[in-house]
Amino acid sequence: MEKGIHLSIVTPDDVVFDAPVSYVGIPGTLGDFGVYPGHAALLSSLRTGCLTYKTDERTVNVFVSGGFVDVTKESVTILADAANPAEQIDIDRAAKAKERAEARLKDATEEVDVKRAEAALRRAVSRLNVAATINK
Amino acid sequence: MASLKNVRMKIAGVKKTKQITKAMNMVSSAKLRGAQARIEKFRPYADKFYNMLSEFSDQLGGINHPLLVKREELKNAGILLVTSDRGLAGAFNANLISAAFKLAQEKESAGIKPVFYCVGRKGVDSIRKAGRQQELALTDQMGSLNWSVASDIGNQVIAAYTDGSIDELNIIYGQFISIAKQGVGSLTILPVSHSSDKTANVKSAEGSKTEAPAGDIIYEPEEDVLLAELLPRFVKVQIHRALLDTSASEHAARMNAMDNATRNCDDITASLTLLYNKTRQAVITTELIDIVGGVEALNG
Repeated sequence: MEKGIHLSIVTPDDVVFDAPVSYVGIPGTLGDFGVYPGHAALLSSLRTGCLTYKTDERTVNVFVSGGFVDVTKESVTILADAANPAEQIDIDRAAKAKERAEARLKDATEEVDVKRAEAALRRAVSRLNVAATINK
Repeated sequence: MASLKNVRMKIAGVKKTKQITKAMNMVSSAKLRGAQARIEKFRPYADKFYNMLSEFSDQLGGINHPLLVKREELKNAGILLVTSDRGLAGAFNANLISAAFKLAQEKESAGIKPVFYCVGRKGVDSIRKAGRQQELALTDQMGSLNWSVASDIGNQVIAAYTDGSIDELNIIYGQFISIAKQGVGSLTILPVSHSSDKTANVKSAEGSKTEAPAGDIIYEPEEDVLLAELLPRFVKVQIHRALLDTSASEHAARMNAMDNATRNCDDITASLTLLYNKTRQAVITTELIDIVGGVEALNG
Protein backbone atom coordinates (compact mmCIF):
# COMPACT_ATOMS: atom_id res chain seq x y z
CA MET A 1 0.00 0.00 0.00
CA GLU A 2 3.02 2.29 0.09
CA LYS A 3 2.50 4.04 -3.18
CA GLY A 4 -0.78 2.49 -4.20
CA ILE A 5 -4.30 3.62 -3.72
CA HIS A 6 -7.06 1.31 -2.61
CA LEU A 7 -9.88 1.06 -5.11
CA SER A 8 -13.19 -0.52 -4.28
CA ILE A 9 -16.06 -0.69 -6.73
CA VAL A 10 -19.30 -1.73 -5.12
CA THR A 11 -22.79 -2.03 -6.52
CA PRO A 12 -25.95 -2.87 -4.58
CA ASP A 13 -25.81 -6.39 -6.00
CA ASP A 14 -22.14 -7.18 -5.59
CA VAL A 15 -18.60 -6.08 -4.79
CA VAL A 16 -17.01 -5.81 -8.21
CA PHE A 17 -13.45 -4.89 -7.33
CA ASP A 18 -11.54 -4.37 -4.11
CA ALA A 19 -7.74 -4.11 -4.30
CA PRO A 20 -4.88 -1.61 -4.43
CA VAL A 21 -4.12 0.03 -7.79
CA SER A 22 -1.73 2.72 -8.98
CA TYR A 23 -4.13 4.92 -10.93
CA VAL A 24 -7.87 5.38 -11.44
CA GLY A 25 -9.55 7.33 -14.23
CA ILE A 26 -13.09 8.26 -13.31
CA PRO A 27 -15.97 9.54 -15.43
CA GLY A 28 -17.44 12.31 -13.25
CA THR A 29 -20.59 14.22 -14.10
CA LEU A 30 -18.54 17.35 -14.75
CA GLY A 31 -15.85 15.56 -16.73
CA ASP A 32 -13.36 12.76 -16.49
CA PHE A 33 -10.63 13.00 -13.93
CA GLY A 34 -7.67 10.92 -12.89
CA VAL A 35 -6.71 9.96 -9.38
CA TYR A 36 -3.17 9.12 -8.29
CA PRO A 37 -2.20 8.28 -4.71
CA GLY A 38 -2.33 11.32 -2.46
CA HIS A 39 -5.21 12.96 -4.28
CA ALA A 40 -7.18 15.57 -2.33
CA ALA A 41 -10.41 14.38 -0.74
CA LEU A 42 -13.22 14.58 -3.22
CA LEU A 43 -16.83 13.59 -3.52
CA SER A 44 -18.38 13.49 -6.94
CA SER A 45 -21.25 11.94 -8.78
CA LEU A 46 -20.63 9.59 -11.68
CA ARG A 47 -21.98 9.57 -15.16
CA THR A 48 -22.43 6.52 -17.35
CA GLY A 49 -19.09 5.75 -18.87
CA CYS A 50 -15.76 4.03 -18.71
CA LEU A 51 -13.65 3.82 -15.59
CA THR A 52 -10.01 2.85 -15.97
CA TYR A 53 -7.67 1.53 -13.35
CA LYS A 54 -4.03 0.58 -13.61
CA THR A 55 -2.16 -1.95 -11.60
CA ASP A 56 1.47 -2.96 -12.07
CA GLU A 57 0.57 -5.64 -14.56
CA ARG A 58 -2.33 -4.31 -16.50
CA THR A 59 -4.85 -1.62 -17.33
CA VAL A 60 -8.51 -2.52 -17.00
CA ASN A 61 -11.56 -0.71 -18.28
CA VAL A 62 -14.78 -0.99 -16.32
CA PHE A 63 -18.22 0.10 -17.41
CA VAL A 64 -19.94 2.09 -14.66
CA SER A 65 -23.34 3.69 -14.55
CA GLY A 66 -24.81 6.12 -12.09
CA GLY A 67 -23.62 6.64 -8.56
CA PHE A 68 -20.88 8.37 -6.62
CA VAL A 69 -17.21 8.34 -6.03
CA ASP A 70 -15.57 9.10 -2.72
CA VAL A 71 -11.87 9.88 -2.90
CA THR A 72 -9.68 10.14 0.17
CA LYS A 73 -5.88 10.26 0.40
CA GLU A 74 -5.47 6.52 0.33
CA SER A 75 -8.69 5.15 -1.08
CA VAL A 76 -11.19 5.51 -3.89
CA THR A 77 -14.67 4.15 -3.36
CA ILE A 78 -17.00 3.84 -6.30
CA LEU A 79 -20.65 3.36 -5.48
CA ALA A 80 -22.30 2.59 -8.79
CA ASP A 81 -25.71 1.31 -9.83
CA ALA A 82 -24.02 -1.05 -12.23
CA ALA A 83 -20.40 -1.94 -12.95
CA ASN A 84 -18.99 -4.48 -15.38
CA PRO A 85 -15.30 -5.06 -16.12
CA ALA A 86 -14.71 -5.03 -19.89
CA GLU A 87 -14.18 -8.77 -20.18
CA GLN A 88 -17.43 -9.52 -18.38
CA ILE A 89 -19.68 -7.44 -20.59
CA ASP A 90 -22.25 -9.42 -22.50
CA ILE A 91 -21.86 -7.87 -25.95
CA ASP A 92 -24.94 -9.55 -27.44
CA ARG A 93 -27.10 -8.36 -24.61
CA ALA A 94 -25.78 -4.81 -24.83
CA ALA A 95 -26.31 -4.78 -28.59
CA LYS A 96 -29.87 -5.97 -28.16
CA ALA A 97 -30.48 -3.38 -25.46
CA LYS A 98 -29.19 -0.76 -27.86
CA GLU A 99 -31.61 -1.86 -30.58
CA ARG A 100 -34.50 -1.90 -28.12
CA ALA A 101 -33.69 1.57 -26.86
CA GLU A 102 -33.41 2.92 -30.40
CA ALA A 103 -36.75 1.39 -31.34
CA ARG A 104 -38.35 2.86 -28.25
CA LEU A 105 -36.89 6.28 -28.97
CA LYS A 106 -38.50 6.21 -32.42
CA ASP A 107 -42.05 5.71 -31.25
CA ALA A 108 -41.88 7.09 -27.72
CA THR A 109 -44.42 9.81 -27.12
CA GLU A 110 -44.17 10.78 -23.50
CA GLU A 111 -41.27 12.78 -22.24
CA VAL A 112 -40.57 10.28 -19.48
CA ASP A 113 -40.28 7.45 -22.00
CA VAL A 114 -37.84 9.44 -24.09
CA LYS A 115 -35.66 10.15 -21.07
CA ARG A 116 -35.63 6.53 -20.00
CA ALA A 117 -34.92 5.28 -23.49
CA GLU A 118 -32.11 7.79 -23.88
CA ALA A 119 -30.57 6.67 -20.61
CA ALA A 120 -30.86 3.04 -21.67
CA LEU A 121 -29.29 3.84 -25.01
CA ARG A 122 -26.44 5.68 -23.35
CA ARG A 123 -25.79 2.69 -21.10
CA ALA A 124 -25.86 0.23 -23.97
CA VAL A 125 -23.54 2.32 -26.13
CA SER A 126 -20.98 2.82 -23.37
CA ARG A 127 -21.11 -0.87 -22.51
CA LEU A 128 -20.29 -1.65 -26.12
CA ASN A 129 -17.53 0.95 -26.19
CA VAL A 130 -15.95 -0.41 -23.04
CA ALA A 131 -16.17 -3.96 -24.36
CA ALA A 132 -14.54 -2.84 -27.61
CA THR A 133 -11.44 -1.61 -25.77
CA ILE A 134 -10.38 -5.21 -25.15
CA ASN A 135 -9.73 -6.01 -28.75
CA LYS A 136 -7.49 -3.05 -29.33
CA MET B 1 -65.91 -45.92 16.23
CA ALA B 2 -64.05 -45.26 13.00
CA SER B 3 -63.59 -48.20 10.73
CA LEU B 4 -60.15 -49.73 10.30
CA LYS B 5 -59.95 -48.74 6.66
CA ASN B 6 -60.78 -45.11 7.44
CA VAL B 7 -58.05 -44.82 10.03
CA ARG B 8 -55.53 -46.46 7.74
CA MET B 9 -56.35 -43.97 4.99
CA LYS B 10 -56.06 -41.05 7.40
CA ILE B 11 -52.62 -42.21 8.52
CA ALA B 12 -51.48 -42.50 4.93
CA GLY B 13 -52.82 -39.01 4.23
CA VAL B 14 -51.02 -37.42 7.17
CA LYS B 15 -47.80 -39.14 6.15
CA LYS B 16 -48.07 -37.64 2.68
CA THR B 17 -48.68 -34.19 4.14
CA LYS B 18 -45.59 -34.67 6.22
CA GLN B 19 -43.54 -35.38 3.13
CA ILE B 20 -44.74 -32.15 1.59
CA THR B 21 -44.06 -30.00 4.65
CA LYS B 22 -40.65 -31.58 5.01
CA ALA B 23 -39.81 -30.82 1.40
CA MET B 24 -41.05 -27.24 1.77
CA ASN B 25 -38.90 -26.83 4.84
CA MET B 26 -35.83 -27.86 2.87
CA VAL B 27 -36.71 -25.61 -0.05
CA SER B 28 -37.16 -22.67 2.31
CA SER B 29 -33.86 -23.27 4.00
CA ALA B 30 -32.12 -23.27 0.63
CA LYS B 31 -33.91 -20.08 -0.36
CA LEU B 32 -33.08 -18.51 2.97
CA ARG B 33 -29.43 -19.10 2.29
CA GLY B 34 -29.82 -17.29 -1.03
CA ALA B 35 -31.61 -14.39 0.61
CA GLN B 36 -28.97 -14.08 3.29
CA ALA B 37 -26.25 -14.13 0.65
CA ARG B 38 -27.98 -11.24 -1.11
CA ILE B 39 -28.05 -9.27 2.14
CA GLU B 40 -24.35 -9.98 2.59
CA LYS B 41 -23.62 -8.72 -0.90
CA PHE B 42 -25.59 -5.56 -0.35
CA ARG B 43 -24.01 -4.75 3.00
CA PRO B 44 -20.70 -3.33 1.69
CA TYR B 45 -22.61 -0.93 -0.54
CA ALA B 46 -24.96 0.14 2.23
CA ASP B 47 -22.14 0.63 4.74
CA LYS B 48 -20.02 2.65 2.36
CA PHE B 49 -23.01 4.67 1.34
CA TYR B 50 -23.92 5.52 4.93
CA ASN B 51 -20.30 6.46 5.59
CA MET B 52 -20.24 8.76 2.61
CA LEU B 53 -23.57 10.33 3.48
CA SER B 54 -22.69 10.96 7.10
CA GLU B 55 -19.32 12.39 6.16
CA PHE B 56 -21.09 14.60 3.71
CA SER B 57 -23.87 15.74 6.01
CA ASP B 58 -21.31 16.66 8.66
CA GLN B 59 -19.76 19.06 6.20
CA LEU B 60 -22.83 20.98 5.28
CA GLY B 61 -24.98 22.75 7.77
CA GLY B 62 -27.30 25.13 6.02
CA ILE B 63 -28.22 23.38 2.83
CA ASN B 64 -31.79 22.25 2.64
CA HIS B 65 -33.54 19.94 0.29
CA PRO B 66 -37.25 19.22 -0.28
CA LEU B 67 -36.80 15.62 0.83
CA LEU B 68 -35.44 16.77 4.20
CA VAL B 69 -38.20 19.21 5.08
CA LYS B 70 -40.84 17.99 7.46
CA ARG B 71 -44.22 19.19 6.27
CA GLU B 72 -46.34 21.15 8.71
CA GLU B 73 -49.67 19.94 7.49
CA LEU B 74 -50.09 16.28 6.73
CA LYS B 75 -52.91 15.26 4.44
CA ASN B 76 -51.88 11.97 2.90
CA ALA B 77 -49.58 9.44 4.44
CA GLY B 78 -48.00 6.84 2.20
CA ILE B 79 -47.58 3.36 3.62
CA LEU B 80 -45.22 1.06 1.79
CA LEU B 81 -46.16 -2.45 2.81
CA VAL B 82 -43.72 -5.19 1.95
CA THR B 83 -45.01 -8.75 2.20
CA SER B 84 -44.27 -12.06 0.54
CA ASP B 85 -45.95 -13.44 -2.57
CA ARG B 86 -46.80 -16.80 -1.08
CA GLY B 87 -48.44 -17.93 2.09
CA LEU B 88 -47.77 -20.94 4.31
CA ALA B 89 -45.32 -18.93 6.33
CA GLY B 90 -47.11 -18.92 9.65
CA ALA B 91 -48.24 -15.56 10.94
CA PHE B 92 -45.57 -13.74 8.93
CA ASN B 93 -47.79 -11.95 6.42
CA ALA B 94 -50.70 -11.58 8.84
CA ASN B 95 -48.44 -9.69 11.26
CA LEU B 96 -47.20 -7.33 8.58
CA ILE B 97 -50.67 -6.66 7.24
CA SER B 98 -52.19 -6.04 10.64
CA ALA B 99 -49.34 -3.66 11.47
CA ALA B 100 -50.11 -1.79 8.26
CA PHE B 101 -53.82 -1.58 9.09
CA LYS B 102 -53.03 -0.39 12.58
CA LEU B 103 -50.83 2.35 11.21
CA ALA B 104 -53.53 3.29 8.71
CA GLN B 105 -56.10 3.58 11.49
CA GLU B 106 -53.77 5.73 13.56
CA LYS B 107 -53.32 8.04 10.60
CA GLU B 108 -57.04 8.17 9.94
CA SER B 109 -57.87 9.06 13.52
CA ALA B 110 -55.40 11.92 13.19
CA GLY B 111 -57.26 13.08 10.10
CA ILE B 112 -54.64 11.88 7.63
CA LYS B 113 -55.57 9.80 4.64
CA PRO B 114 -53.46 6.66 4.23
CA VAL B 115 -52.30 5.70 0.75
CA PHE B 116 -50.93 2.23 0.26
CA TYR B 117 -47.99 1.09 -1.81
CA CYS B 118 -47.72 -2.68 -1.77
CA VAL B 119 -45.01 -5.11 -2.72
CA GLY B 120 -45.88 -8.79 -2.50
CA ARG B 121 -49.12 -10.53 -3.45
CA LYS B 122 -50.33 -11.14 0.11
CA GLY B 123 -50.29 -7.46 0.95
CA VAL B 124 -51.76 -6.45 -2.41
CA ASP B 125 -54.69 -8.85 -1.99
CA SER B 126 -55.56 -7.90 1.55
CA ILE B 127 -55.42 -4.17 0.87
CA ARG B 128 -57.64 -4.66 -2.16
CA LYS B 129 -60.11 -6.70 -0.13
CA ALA B 130 -60.23 -3.98 2.50
CA GLY B 131 -61.14 -1.59 -0.29
CA ARG B 132 -58.36 0.86 0.43
CA GLN B 133 -56.59 3.10 -2.02
CA GLN B 134 -53.55 1.39 -3.50
CA GLU B 135 -51.10 3.32 -5.64
CA LEU B 136 -48.69 0.52 -6.30
CA ALA B 137 -49.32 -3.21 -6.45
CA LEU B 138 -46.17 -5.08 -7.23
CA THR B 139 -46.21 -8.87 -7.22
CA ASP B 140 -43.82 -11.66 -8.21
CA GLN B 141 -40.76 -9.60 -7.37
CA MET B 142 -39.72 -11.10 -4.06
CA GLY B 143 -38.10 -14.09 -5.73
CA SER B 144 -35.72 -12.09 -7.88
CA LEU B 145 -34.83 -8.97 -5.97
CA ASN B 146 -32.25 -6.68 -7.37
CA TRP B 147 -31.39 -3.04 -7.26
CA SER B 148 -33.66 -2.06 -10.15
CA VAL B 149 -36.76 -3.15 -8.22
CA ALA B 150 -35.88 -0.91 -5.29
CA SER B 151 -34.87 1.81 -7.68
CA ASP B 152 -38.22 1.77 -9.51
CA ILE B 153 -40.19 1.82 -6.25
CA GLY B 154 -37.97 4.61 -4.99
CA ASN B 155 -38.54 6.71 -8.10
CA GLN B 156 -42.28 6.31 -7.80
CA VAL B 157 -42.57 7.22 -4.13
CA ILE B 158 -40.17 10.13 -4.48
CA ALA B 159 -42.21 11.44 -7.41
CA ALA B 160 -45.39 11.11 -5.33
CA TYR B 161 -43.74 12.89 -2.43
CA THR B 162 -42.41 15.70 -4.58
CA ASP B 163 -45.69 16.41 -6.33
CA GLY B 164 -47.49 16.44 -2.99
CA SER B 165 -49.73 13.40 -3.37
CA ILE B 166 -48.17 12.01 -0.19
CA ASP B 167 -46.71 14.04 2.67
CA GLU B 168 -44.76 11.30 4.35
CA LEU B 169 -43.85 7.70 3.71
CA ASN B 170 -43.69 4.88 6.20
CA ILE B 171 -42.41 1.47 5.31
CA ILE B 172 -43.58 -1.73 6.96
CA TYR B 173 -41.46 -4.76 6.29
CA GLY B 174 -40.40 -8.07 7.76
CA GLN B 175 -37.38 -7.53 9.91
CA PHE B 176 -34.91 -10.36 9.90
CA ILE B 177 -33.57 -10.70 13.42
CA SER B 178 -32.42 -14.30 13.34
CA ILE B 179 -33.51 -17.57 11.78
CA ALA B 180 -35.73 -18.21 14.80
CA LYS B 181 -37.01 -14.67 15.19
CA GLN B 182 -38.58 -12.27 12.73
CA GLY B 183 -40.16 -9.00 13.63
CA VAL B 184 -42.23 -6.30 12.00
CA GLY B 185 -40.03 -3.40 11.04
CA SER B 186 -41.46 0.07 10.66
CA LEU B 187 -39.56 3.08 9.43
CA THR B 188 -40.34 6.57 8.22
CA ILE B 189 -38.29 7.09 5.11
CA LEU B 190 -39.78 10.30 3.77
CA PRO B 191 -39.07 13.00 4.77
CA VAL B 192 -35.51 11.82 5.26
CA SER B 193 -34.79 12.36 8.92
CA HIS B 194 -31.46 12.94 10.55
CA SER B 195 -32.16 10.38 13.20
CA SER B 196 -32.45 7.61 10.65
CA ASP B 197 -29.05 8.29 9.19
CA LYS B 198 -27.65 8.56 12.69
CA THR B 199 -28.67 5.04 13.58
CA ALA B 200 -27.13 3.98 10.32
CA ASN B 201 -23.93 5.73 11.30
CA VAL B 202 -23.69 3.80 14.50
CA LYS B 203 -24.13 0.57 12.60
CA SER B 204 -21.54 1.29 9.98
CA ALA B 205 -19.06 2.81 12.40
CA GLU B 206 -18.74 -0.54 14.16
CA GLY B 207 -17.46 -2.33 11.12
CA SER B 208 -15.28 0.06 9.25
CA LYS B 209 -12.76 2.61 10.35
CA THR B 210 -14.10 6.08 9.84
CA GLU B 211 -11.42 8.23 8.41
CA ALA B 212 -11.53 11.76 9.67
CA PRO B 213 -12.08 14.05 6.73
CA ALA B 214 -8.72 15.60 6.01
CA GLY B 215 -9.46 19.27 5.70
CA ASP B 216 -11.61 20.47 2.87
CA ILE B 217 -13.31 18.09 0.57
CA ILE B 218 -13.80 18.99 -3.04
CA TYR B 219 -17.37 18.58 -4.15
CA GLU B 220 -18.20 18.03 -7.74
CA PRO B 221 -20.80 19.25 -8.69
CA GLU B 222 -21.80 21.74 -5.95
CA GLU B 223 -23.02 20.51 -2.58
CA ASP B 224 -26.72 21.06 -3.20
CA VAL B 225 -26.69 19.29 -6.56
CA LEU B 226 -24.81 16.41 -5.01
CA LEU B 227 -27.24 16.26 -2.11
CA ALA B 228 -30.11 16.17 -4.57
CA GLU B 229 -28.59 13.01 -5.98
CA LEU B 230 -27.58 11.45 -2.69
CA LEU B 231 -30.92 11.74 -0.93
CA PRO B 232 -33.08 9.82 -3.41
CA ARG B 233 -30.43 7.15 -3.40
CA PHE B 234 -30.55 7.00 0.36
CA VAL B 235 -34.30 6.38 0.14
CA LYS B 236 -33.69 3.60 -2.37
CA VAL B 237 -30.99 2.04 -0.21
CA GLN B 238 -33.48 1.88 2.65
CA ILE B 239 -36.16 0.38 0.43
CA HIS B 240 -33.73 -2.18 -0.95
CA ARG B 241 -32.65 -3.15 2.52
CA ALA B 242 -36.28 -3.55 3.59
CA LEU B 243 -37.03 -5.73 0.57
CA LEU B 244 -34.04 -7.97 1.21
CA ASP B 245 -34.88 -8.24 4.88
CA THR B 246 -38.47 -9.18 4.13
CA SER B 247 -37.39 -11.85 1.70
CA ALA B 248 -35.00 -13.39 4.22
CA SER B 249 -37.53 -13.33 7.04
CA GLU B 250 -40.22 -14.76 4.78
CA HIS B 251 -38.13 -17.85 4.17
CA ALA B 252 -37.11 -18.11 7.80
CA ALA B 253 -40.75 -17.83 8.87
CA ARG B 254 -41.78 -20.49 6.38
CA MET B 255 -39.00 -22.76 7.57
CA ASN B 256 -40.28 -22.50 11.13
CA ALA B 257 -43.88 -22.96 10.09
CA MET B 258 -43.01 -26.06 8.08
CA ASP B 259 -40.92 -27.39 10.91
CA ASN B 260 -43.92 -27.07 13.23
CA ALA B 261 -46.19 -28.66 10.64
CA THR B 262 -43.84 -31.61 10.27
CA ARG B 263 -43.82 -32.07 14.02
CA ASN B 264 -47.61 -31.86 14.15
CA CYS B 265 -47.82 -34.54 11.48
CA ASP B 266 -45.75 -36.81 13.70
CA ASP B 267 -48.08 -36.16 16.63
CA ILE B 268 -51.18 -36.84 14.57
CA THR B 269 -49.68 -40.02 13.13
CA ALA B 270 -48.90 -41.23 16.64
CA SER B 271 -52.41 -40.63 17.94
CA LEU B 272 -53.97 -42.11 14.81
CA THR B 273 -51.80 -45.21 15.12
CA LEU B 274 -53.01 -45.59 18.67
CA LEU B 275 -56.60 -45.28 17.47
CA TYR B 276 -55.88 -47.81 14.71
CA ASN B 277 -54.52 -50.36 17.16
CA LYS B 278 -57.41 -49.86 19.54
CA THR B 279 -59.92 -50.28 16.73
CA ARG B 280 -58.17 -53.41 15.50
CA GLN B 281 -58.19 -54.85 19.01
CA ALA B 282 -61.89 -54.07 19.34
CA VAL B 283 -62.63 -55.83 16.04
CA ILE B 284 -60.70 -58.92 17.15
CA THR B 285 -62.54 -58.94 20.46
CA THR B 286 -65.95 -58.79 18.75
CA GLU B 287 -64.98 -61.57 16.36
CA LEU B 288 -63.80 -63.75 19.26
CA ILE B 289 -67.06 -63.14 21.09
CA ASP B 290 -68.95 -64.15 17.97
CA ILE B 291 -66.93 -67.37 17.57
CA VAL B 292 -67.15 -68.30 21.24
CA GLY B 293 -70.89 -67.56 21.17
CA GLY B 294 -71.33 -69.80 18.10
CA VAL B 295 -69.44 -72.65 19.71
CA GLU B 296 -71.51 -72.37 22.87
CA ALA B 297 -74.69 -72.45 20.78
CA LEU B 298 -73.56 -75.62 18.97
CA ASN B 299 -72.63 -77.35 22.22
CA GLY B 300 -75.74 -76.29 24.00
